[in-house]
Amino acid sequence: MTMRHLLMAAGVTTVAIALAWLMFVGLPNWYLRPAATTASAPAPAPSEPGRKIKARLFYVAEDGTRLTAVEREVPYAEPTVNQAREIITAQIAPVAEPLVSAIPPATGLRALYLTEQGEAFVDLSGDVASAHPGGSVNELLTIYTIVHALVINLPAVTAVQLLVDGKEVDTLAGHVDLRRPLPGNAAWLDEPAVAAVEPALHEAATLNQQRGPSDAIR
Amino acid sequence: MNARPYSAFFQTVPALVALTILFVVAARPAGQNAAQSLTVLSRDGRRAIPLTTSGNQEMAPLDELAAVFQLAVREEAGALTVSYRGRTIVLTPNQPLASVSGRLISLSAAPSRTANRWSVPLDFISRALALIYDSRLDLRRPSHLLIVGDLRVPRVTVRHEALGSAARLTIDTTPRAVSTVVQEGPQRITVRFDADAIDLTVPPIQPQGLVQAISVIDPVTLGVDLGPRFGTFRSSAVPLENAARLVIDLVPPADATPAPTVAPPESPARELPVLTQAPPAIRTLTIDPGHGGDDLGVRGAAGIVEKNVTLAVAHRLKAAVEARLGIRVVLTRDDDRAVSVNERTALANNNKADLFISLHANASFRPDVAGATIYLASFDESMAAREGLASERLPALGGGFRDIELVPWNLAQIRHTARSTEMANLLAAEFRDRVPLASNAVDHAPLRVLESANMPAVLIEMGYLSHSGQEKQLAGAAQQTEIAQSILEAIVKFRDAVADEGASR
Repeated sequence: MTMRHLLMAAGVTTVAIALAWLMFVGLPNWYLRPAATTASAPAPAPSEPGRKIKARLFYVAEDGTRLTAVEREVPYAEPTVNQAREIITAQIAPVAEPLVSAIPPATGLRALYLTEQGEAFVDLSGDVASAHPGGSVNELLTIYTIVHALVINLPAVTAVQLLVDGKEVDTLAGHVDLRRPLPGNAAWLDEPAVAAVEPALHEAATLNQQRGPSDAIR
Repeated sequence: MNARPYSAFFQTVPALVALTILFVVAARPAGQNAAQSLTVLSRDGRRAIPLTTSGNQEMAPLDELAAVFQLAVREEAGALTVSYRGRTIVLTPNQPLASVSGRLISLSAAPSRTANRWSVPLDFISRALALIYDSRLDLRRPSHLLIVGDLRVPRVTVRHEALGSAARLTIDTTPRAVSTVVQEGPQRITVRFDADAIDLTVPPIQPQGLVQAISVIDPVTLGVDLGPRFGTFRSSAVPLENAARLVIDLVPPADATPAPTVAPPESPARELPVLTQAPPAIRTLTIDPGHGGDDLGVRGAAGIVEKNVTLAVAHRLKAAVEARLGIRVVLTRDDDRAVSVNERTALANNNKADLFISLHANASFRPDVAGATIYLASFDESMAAREGLASERLPALGGGFRDIELVPWNLAQIRHTARSTEMANLLAAEFRDRVPLASNAVDHAPLRVLESANMPAVLIEMGYLSHSGQEKQLAGAAQQTEIAQSILEAIVKFRDAVADEGASR
């Protein structure tokens, strides 16, 4: 009898423990695991080696006069300025056909800063100018590749100014005014890219307006 | 001694001569040079010296010359001595020579004597008398004019073209003189020149057209008599290299006949009266050949370099504009040299250019892209907003305050956006038939060289040097000429459009 009571108590306890495990450990794991993978980008988890985000990078469109957007995995980093560096590093890396990059192949990223007003300063190595093939269209494509890579992927960035070898420059190849941060401009994107990035561009434009002209011009 | 002081004898003559011929201008029909007198123009007025012909030579009577120029003439020992203030010319009868202050000068004919009067060939005045006379003597043989001293006597050439029921008068004045066109009565217009006199050449006019006759009203005014079919006129001034050109278009009344079909380039449509030398809409054009020096711009696969293409087209365009429009053209570089972007725009601003055209050749990372694009400056909204705030109250010289419009240097182009766009569209229209155009013929970009330009400004990417076919074309004279001609046509239309707007204002 006592033996039976003991066995029953042990069985109930085992079931209770099993149920408790199921409710507090097993089921949450079961349900939460897939949710955690889909929400990878905004998750405030510490940076882990191998963790990626999806970013839109920009390459020369088929028509040769605009940019097209391509989704690529880029290493995740914190804070935003580090994420910006990762995105630009991926953007300026050489690519294989059929993609054509508007960034001269030897170009390196020297530094990148963000201001509180949402302006990014991207300091590229001198190759971006010295190895540039010239022409207004090419120059525009090179510049707006960098501008859009940040403005589209990072809502905190509203305008981008390029520096060359640590210095502010008038132009890259003699045409486009680089003396001020440039906001994104859908005119240099092809139609699919515009459709994909329009909300981000709109958000950046709204932020620019809220911040006012004095912030945009310096 | 048989000295005869001609000057004393003719003391009373000049007044008479002056009275009778004061208002006779040296007008002569073109192609007819058998004028019988030499008109002498000086500060004192206008005199005529009758000429005779001996052989093929026109001869002037020495006594008349003596009267006009206060010369003393003596005939002694078979020689004629002409003296003026202690300086002498010695002439020998039967010899085409003169000794001027001891220097021997050859003449086209020997002095001749008829009925006791000596005559000398006309080149006696320019080759001998001019050397001893105090004032400048300007002998214009084709028009039989002798100008004494520094008078402004421009050569005025009138050309007449009948254009259906309309007509055009082209009046060239060399050197330049300002002229004023006024309608006097229903059938006459006059052209008055700001000069001391005019040296006029008029073509023979068939009086059955719109223009009945061209006459001289006074020494500086030309009258154009118009038939009953005259309605109205438009005049425009075109400064040429060394001359001023006045184009007067005469048209019948609007209800009489259809409007003239001819709208040639020299006639910016300035509506009616009166002052014609008002400046044309475009006086100065700045052409900016892109790149230069160490900055090659684009280098095509076959080695064609952008900086050379832009300079070649700039030279062609400059020549075409100067020849056809006669407006001032300033190049930001005339040879292979580096010029900063700032300097280029500053040169246009400092020369107060009325139009700025920057020439470039394009390139794409994809080699099959081709066609020309005309770029306009683009400004984002925040910059445009700043432009709206650009008036400040500043202390003025001598006390008080003035509202000064302040436009930041890098935003000067904003206020010219409409005109620049107009020019870009005209360029695209002219290019369409002659020069391959890109799908985006007119586009906006934040182009540095345009932003600070304080005048209508465009940047033309003439084609892609990264496209092998276009690279060859752009290097060739044929395509470069087509481009220059297309730009020229656009400038003409732009000028006319601006003038129209100015006239209707």
